[in-house]
Amino acid sequence: MTLPTTDTSGGTPGRRVGVGPAGWSPQRVWSVAGAVVLVALVWGFYAWDGAQTTAVLGGTVRAATLLVLGAMCGMIGERSGIVNIGIEGQFLMSAFMAFTVASMSGSLFLGVVAGVSTGLAMGSMLAAMSVGLRTDQIIAGTVLNIAALGLTSFFYDRGRSLGQPKYQSIELGPLADLPVVGTAVFNRPPLTYLALVLVVVLHVLLLRSVWGMRTTAIGEHPGAAATVGIDVIRLRYWNVTLAGGLAGLGGAYLALESVGTFTRAMSGGRGFLALAVMIFGRRTPLGAYAAALFFGFTTALQGQFQLNDTFDIPAQFVGMLPFVVTIIVVAAAGLFGRMRDPAALGQPYEVR
Amino acid sequence: MSAAGTAGAVTPSVLLAGYGITKRFGSVVANDDVTMELRPGRILALLGENGAGKSTLVNVLFGLHRPDAGRVVIADESVELSSPHDAIARGVGMVHQHFQLVPPMSVVRNIVLGAEPRKLGMIDVAQARRRVMDLADRFGLGVDPDAAVEDLPVGAQQRVEILKALYRDARVLIADEPTAVLTPQETDHLLDVLRGLTAQGVGIVFITHKLREVMAAADDIVVLREGKVVGATTPAQTSEAALAELMVGRAVDLHGDRFESGATGVGTAPVAPRADGTTDDRRADEETTRSAAADETSSAVADPMPHATHVESSAAAEIVERPVVLDIAGLCADDDRGQRAVDELSLTVRAGEIVGVAGVEGNGQRELVEAITGLRHATAGTVSISDRDASGARPRQVTVIGVGHIPEDRAKHGLIGAYSVADNSVLNRYFKRPFAAGGMLRRDRIDSHARDVVATFDVRTPDVDSPADSLSGGNKQKLIVGREFSDDIDLLIAAQPTRGIDIGAIEFIWRRIRERRDEGTAVLLVSAELDEVLALSDRVAVMYEGRIVATVDPRTATREEIGLLMAGAAHGAASSVADG
Repeated sequence: MTLPTTDTSGGTPGRRVGVGPAGWSPQRVWSVAGAVVLVALVWGFYAWDGAQTTAVLGGTVRAATLLVLGAMCGMIGERSGIVNIGIEGQFLMSAFMAFTVASMSGSLFLGVVAGVSTGLAMGSMLAAMSVGLRTDQIIAGTVLNIAALGLTSFFYDRGRSLGQPKYQSIELGPLADLPVVGTAVFNRPPLTYLALVLVVVLHVLLLRSVWGMRTTAIGEHPGAAATVGIDVIRLRYWNVTLAGGLAGLGGAYLALESVGTFTRAMSGGRGFLALAVMIFGRRTPLGAYAAALFFGFTTALQGQFQLNDTFDIPAQFVGMLPFVVTIIVVAAAGLFGRMRDPAALGQPYEVR
Repeated sequence: MSAAGTAGAVTPSVLLAGYGITKRFGSVVANDDVTMELRPGRILALLGENGAGKSTLVNVLFGLHRPDAGRVVIADESVELSSPHDAIARGVGMVHQHFQLVPPMSVVRNIVLGAEPRKLGMIDVAQARRRVMDLADRFGLGVDPDAAVEDLPVGAQQRVEILKALYRDARVLIADEPTAVLTPQETDHLLDVLRGLTAQGVGIVFITHKLREVMAAADDIVVLREGKVVGATTPAQTSEAALAELMVGRAVDLHGDRFESGATGVGTAPVAPRADGTTDDRRADEETTRSAAADETSSAVADPMPHATHVESSAAAEIVERPVVLDIAGLCADDDRGQRAVDELSLTVRAGEIVGVAGVEGNGQRELVEAITGLRHATAGTVSISDRDASGARPRQVTVIGVGHIPEDRAKHGLIGAYSVADNSVLNRYFKRPFAAGGMLRRDRIDSHARDVVATFDVRTPDVDSPADSLSGGNKQKLIVGREFSDDIDLLIAAQPTRGIDIGAIEFIWRRIRERRDEGTAVLLVSAELDEVLALSDRVAVMYEGRIVATVDPRTATREEIGLLMAGAAHGAASSVADG
């Protein structure tokens, strides 16, 4: 009665096309090819004008850090089935708290702690609304955004300053002397390094750990997860809350490392851009980081253009570059293989 | 941790039992003093119509519901179950009708989910894989451990679902309508697997309403009706007919005589005289159904219909002379994922015949129906209806040509749940006279039409203003049939017309479809139930991977032959049959 196990996959024979080394999906082939071209281009530019290239690369990494932190916050929620469009608000509120605490206490570290805690608190508010009360998830996220903008504007203290320098770069020994990437990647302030570590750790956790698998299960088929004893509500609650901590770190990074002060609405739409980064990166941390670098690059490039007066047009038009590219890229991404959303995304789960 | 090991250690005399189980939901008594007992190594079939209380009973035994009275016993011990986890922990596993699997995850991951072997918080993939393969070998459940569940055929997904229960050391398997989605071959294979499990001491509760399977597989049979046990027997002591009568509470005639004309063929079911002035509401209702149906039948037959020159439809030669109503040539259509689902399909349906499309679900039937009715874009080929080109026609145009459509998913495409019964009764024609004039709806006409439909098609509803959502499945379906039949149609497209409804309603709808055929309407019937296709069709077209692989005569073809064709045997893919 034992059946041959080889035939049982059945259904769709020959779907995987053999491009590149055995077992590589077309996607992977494209990513690798793209990376090779990119490295060649960067190298070429570096040989042509080292200083400019280093400046653009540094700006790329700086902008990407905030985006990837937001994207990771978003993807933990979405993989669990919860849409988080409140990342913008989480950034802003955390930036405000991080700045205020750092300014009052004189400790950047306490500022970071305050920022992350604020992110966690905002995350738990989102979880309470969208998981606990089963509020419409878009509305729940919008509540966070409006609350953050209103509260931070109201309590904003124009005269307050950080009272000390923002986080400074740390050279990672001989790595910082490498050409091209030395300054751009290995001579950065601490939160950037922390974010890079988190990208790798979260990637492994999401794809390999028990937690990651259960998270995928509650986002795809919460009913099935519940039948094998997974507490869907509890896990969603925890995930959305903890993900908020990543956005909180992003807020602290923005105020204490990237800018060094707090200004009204300083998140400037990057919480929403993070969602585009998340989708473009296929809801994996490494993918999101690649996407974040790309969007960061456009930001850095337009900054450099403005600085050098490269184009004889008003600065505002040059400043549009990242957003125009975002629209083009997101539209174009739709043309190449669409990614499926988690099946239960946006649907509140009700225990019967 | 091994299922066979524990089963072999101490064998309890009763694996799973409910004694005197009573469960009420509000004023409804879903289970009334129900007793059933499952012994090791046996298959107990729980038989009953929809709403008979089968699901409630197993939900009580599985810990989803707490009984209001009665005692649950697992492995000789009385237990109080507060959740399914209590039942699972005591070795009870459920094979759900709607598989509880995460489609994009691999087989191994699905099986170990929630009870993962781990190493430093990571899934110990090697160990998980090994344990799954051991189980699969031991119980003869072949699966590809690394395939994503969504890429597997339904039969293989079901094996994953069974393995999931066995992985958790289940000694009792509750299988809820496990054969509903399988081909005859897959069904036979499943029954083999279940028997193999019983040989290793596992006990199985098998919920079904298919009598053939009960007779083939069960050791013990418990029949439920209206929440009560109305019979406990064994296959040796009973017959399909006797079981059907127990289940429905009266003699049933589903087979009718499909080759007889409406004038003589309908109403052959013996009407059980119930002159005892029964007090049971539901029985009284059933009685009303029957008499209303019978009345309607006779009046329809008596009516001088436009197609009054009806002749016996049995002779194939006669059918050939009739005009072709639906002519499909080289039709291609893609599914939602952009894969070719209908592949250069050609098919004709003539006036006064029922052409049944048999096939395992997911072989392009849905896309075929949607392409004909204008709900889906056909990528190539032509559709002509009554000699008019309907290729690329919009749904409204198809309706206006004279096509009735009973859609596969009544909740999604058949009715608008929040609209009233009245509004739903004119969904296909609300824009036409007499229901609209000058862009305004004429409520009085709509309401009186709706009352006609409700009376003629025996739709049980308090009034025509009730929302369609408040109706039961069978009554929803009767409302749709009534709506589609109350217009003058040349072609009826019926997709899964009796899915998930009770036998009484099935009987009624089948009879109306046959009548319509006898009046000269061309009928394209698409159904996943082979029994339904065989019972109704004059010709059976077998669909496999988007094509009609064979057209057979239901009077001469056997179930086995059709089953092989459904599994792709015509393409020489014998391996996929074994796979099923």
